[in-house]
Amino acid sequence: MAFFEGIKMTAGYGDGPDIISSCNINVNRGEIVAILGPNGAGKSTAMKAMLGLITLKSGSVCLDGEDISKTSPQDRVKKGISFVPQTRNVFAELTVRENLEIGGFLREDGLEEMIKNIYELFPLLNEKQSQIVGQLSGGQRQQVALGRALMSEPSVLMLDEPTAGVSPIVMDELFEHIIKVKKTNVAIIMVEQNAKQALNISDRGYVLVTGKNKFEGSGNQLLTDPEVRRSFLGG
Amino acid sequence: MMDILNALTVLINFTVIPALTYGSQLALGAIFVTLIYAVLRFANFATGDMMSFGTMFAVLLTYYFQTIGINFGFLPTALLTIPFAIIAMIIYMLLIDKFVFSYYRIKKSPPVQFAMVSVGVMFVTQAIIRIIIGPSDRRFIDGEKFILKANEFKEITGLNEGITLKSSQAITVILTLIIVSIMFWFLNKTKTGKSMRAYSDNEDLALLSGIDPKKVVMITWIIAGILATIGGVLYGLDKSYRPFVYFNNMLPIFAAAIVGGIGNPFGAFLGGYVIAFAEIFLTYAYKRFMSYLLPESLEPDSLLQLLSTDYKFAISFSILVIVLLVRPSGIFKGKTL
Repeated sequence: MAFFEGIKMTAGYGDGPDIISSCNINVNRGEIVAILGPNGAGKSTAMKAMLGLITLKSGSVCLDGEDISKTSPQDRVKKGISFVPQTRNVFAELTVRENLEIGGFLREDGLEEMIKNIYELFPLLNEKQSQIVGQLSGGQRQQVALGRALMSEPSVLMLDEPTAGVSPIVMDELFEHIIKVKKTNVAIIMVEQNAKQALNISDRGYVLVTGKNKFEGSGNQLLTDPEVRRSFLGG
Repeated sequence: MMDILNALTVLINFTVIPALTYGSQLALGAIFVTLIYAVLRFANFATGDMMSFGTMFAVLLTYYFQTIGINFGFLPTALLTIPFAIIAMIIYMLLIDKFVFSYYRIKKSPPVQFAMVSVGVMFVTQAIIRIIIGPSDRRFIDGEKFILKANEFKEITGLNEGITLKSSQAITVILTLIIVSIMFWFLNKTKTGKSMRAYSDNEDLALLSGIDPKKVVMITWIIAGILATIGGVLYGLDKSYRPFVYFNNMLPIFAAAIVGGIGNPFGAFLGGYVIAFAEIFLTYAYKRFMSYLLPESLEPDSLLQLLSTDYKFAISFSILVIVLLVRPSGIFKGKTL
């Protein structure tokens, strides 16, 4: 049994049609799992279902063997799941340091120490700690977003398109940071558009099509699978 | 030389001091408006009457304290009653929030609907005030009325003109500076204050960071209650307590909040003074001022008043419209809450 698991998840928005059906996703600590697929495949929806932002019609979500399907997103956050949304993922009007402090809002102690750890992981944030986040570049903001999410010392980190809208160089840099985070024994799930690069750094990947698992396997397997290459990676 | 000093004295006595006082009172109201807007995301039309509501308790308690013989020495008794009035105000606000606003918050109603709901709250609050204390004009200031009288000033300086400093004016400015400093310290330095700013900036992410929205909303009403009551009592001490006037003050208060950039407390603070100085400078009769500066032959016959004081609301309104047209984000740079 995996550390964090979505089992046969079926869900949609409101009374609308199911966006994902019988979708399985799991991740272990110290592992990066990428969710890939064409537009509208339900990648983000699958992630939101695992966080509890949308309710499951059937299926379940388990964290460390405990069924958390009925737990609210806020309580899941308290249990150690951290989420970085695709957009509006920082407090743009607060300083870098304040963003980190809010990320550690639920911490009772060790706030300073944790901020120091984050600064070590992202030296840039240390440099810009008293700057208003709204004035930073896209790539720098993503680092703030990651830093904020890590402040609660999560066991699971979910990233919704962390590299959306940043240049290829910044993308590589962000991926390096994500690998560093993985080495601190965090389970990472990410939804990505940049499929090749994402699979390069992922231990495993899932390809979703119309809300169902279509392919899954290790990063390399998917990268070399002729069918996956043809349909999603562009030859 | 004496003439210039006399002219300046006139100006300070009749414009600067009253404007600083009035500006402080507006500033407190404007911060209240901006705070509610930033956190709860609606324009609160009940602002004026909420200030009136808090002041009503201070007035009633002042009368009560006077009858049982409690006073505050040379300071107005009303200052002693402020803490109790604040508590009553906060309870009223939290009840209103629980029974009225929270319903629309859970439904995620659009801000316009919230604003209309606040108009309803305004009417109800007005009615409650009329039932409890009535619409008449009340003066409730006691203690020492003046810190500096015009005659004393004339004696000390030997000038023809005097400066009068009423204790209500000094109390207003000092108390405003204290309250506003504490509030900015709270918002910028404490964990709860930062969580309020985070919630105002990005509600969804604040929830994902474990911030409890109910607590943020409650703290906001508590701060709002403090600001509304103190602002209202200071205004009442300086002029007089008349419920209808508080309702009228809403226009300059909203103008101040918008001049400062709605959602930006520091802007609202400065905006209060901008509006107050504009109102007073434009409605002041400069005849006496100019009579010291111009040679006798040029002495003006008219009052040299740009606008009658009856038009002071037109000034706030014009500033409001101009700012909305030219710089809708407010004239002061700076972050919102």
